[in-house]
Amino acid sequence: MLFRSETPNLWTLLAPPTVWALHFLFCYVAGAIICAKAPEALDELRLAIAAATILALVFIVVAGMQAHRHWGFGSDMPPHDTPTDEDQQHFLGLATMLLCALSAVAVIFGAMPALFIAECMR
Amino acid sequence: MLLGACSGPQSALDPAGREASEVALLFWVMLVGAAIIWLVVIGAAMFGGKWQKQPLSERAGLRIVLYGGAVIPTIVLAALLVFGLRLMPMLRAGEPELRITMSGEQYWWRVTYAAPDGSKVESANELRLPAGRAAEITLDSVDVIHSFWIPSLAGKMDMIPGRTNRLVLHPERTGIYRGVCAEFCGRSHAFMAFPVVVMEPAAFEAWLAREAAPALSKADNGAFLANGCGGCHTVRGTQATGSIGPDLTHFADRQSIGAGILPNTPDNRRRFIAETETLKPGVRMPSFGALPPAELGAIAAYLGSLE
Repeated sequence: MLFRSETPNLWTLLAPPTVWALHFLFCYVAGAIICAKAPEALDELRLAIAAATILALVFIVVAGMQAHRHWGFGSDMPPHDTPTDEDQQHFLGLATMLLCALSAVAVIFGAMPALFIAECMR
Repeated sequence: MLLGACSGPQSALDPAGREASEVALLFWVMLVGAAIIWLVVIGAAMFGGKWQKQPLSERAGLRIVLYGGAVIPTIVLAALLVFGLRLMPMLRAGEPELRITMSGEQYWWRVTYAAPDGSKVESANELRLPAGRAAEITLDSVDVIHSFWIPSLAGKMDMIPGRTNRLVLHPERTGIYRGVCAEFCGRSHAFMAFPVVVMEPAAFEAWLAREAAPALSKADNGAFLANGCGGCHTVRGTQATGSIGPDLTHFADRQSIGAGILPNTPDNRRRFIAETETLKPGVRMPSFGALPPAELGAIAAYLGSLE
């Protein structure tokens, strides 16, 4: 349904922002738990967030490549607003691609504090 | 007039501490950056409106939207994020050489220094710090949310009932600055301030030793005790041991009275006792204006002798 899909659908559209949401939740929930229960494990937390970030970015890049294909590799310019199957596909493809770009940036921004955090605040 | 807020005892643009310097630098970077972006955008609009006679191709237009609207803003925001995140751990860095607890109460500040020998030194409504040394301020509140802000030294930090916050200050330049409550806390919120005296380390140590000692006063404290002042205020070394209001042990040493609202002069001391509720609406201390002038004078003189 999500990958190797011939045509885009709402699931392929929603997948990249969902990955962003899950990554965001993971960073903050893991940070909260580590700081409350095991503040000395800050380096392990950093590694876990790095791994989650790479995983999320890989997923988003793959989804973006698929969306690029659904868009027809930019064969025609937006707005894709005529009532044809092709335009519907191109519209969903382009929207998904833009959401992929947004999600990728958001995932990177969300992970950045992990690089700089020096201690758990008392 | 326009530059009135750019220097002086309460300006984030005239930093006297490490944290405030970083905040001021961040402000200038953002201001200059915003000015450049504004010039580019307005310049492009003027160019498009005045000189560019041929419409751009759709592809070129989309490219401008993509780069100008998405790619460049993302890069700028990422750079600012890195800049800001880099500042945060630095603001708490270093093992503090001095620990102070400040508690917000409507509408004054309880200040407790940890002396080198481990004992606690109670004071109020004034903060003294040694220049060039890190001081950790532990912040809490007993009633409502207050916020502790010394613009010349650092950013602000909330004082929240039931929670202890921590702020590390690195004052660098000696001088007298002004701290304020930066979270609306009631009728006299605007009258809740305090002077911050940054001293040479040796002078600070001498001051702290003096502050730790009991009050030395040759003046008569009969009127002060007879009118019940000691029920709320402490003057160490006397029978006045109240803890509801600010400690007054070395009151004459302080820069201001009423939590930063008036200079500490004989006239103002007398006025504050007589017109407390007028000068500071909502305060818990009643006005003692009904006292005979001689008694008022005696209390004010006693306070002025507490060195």
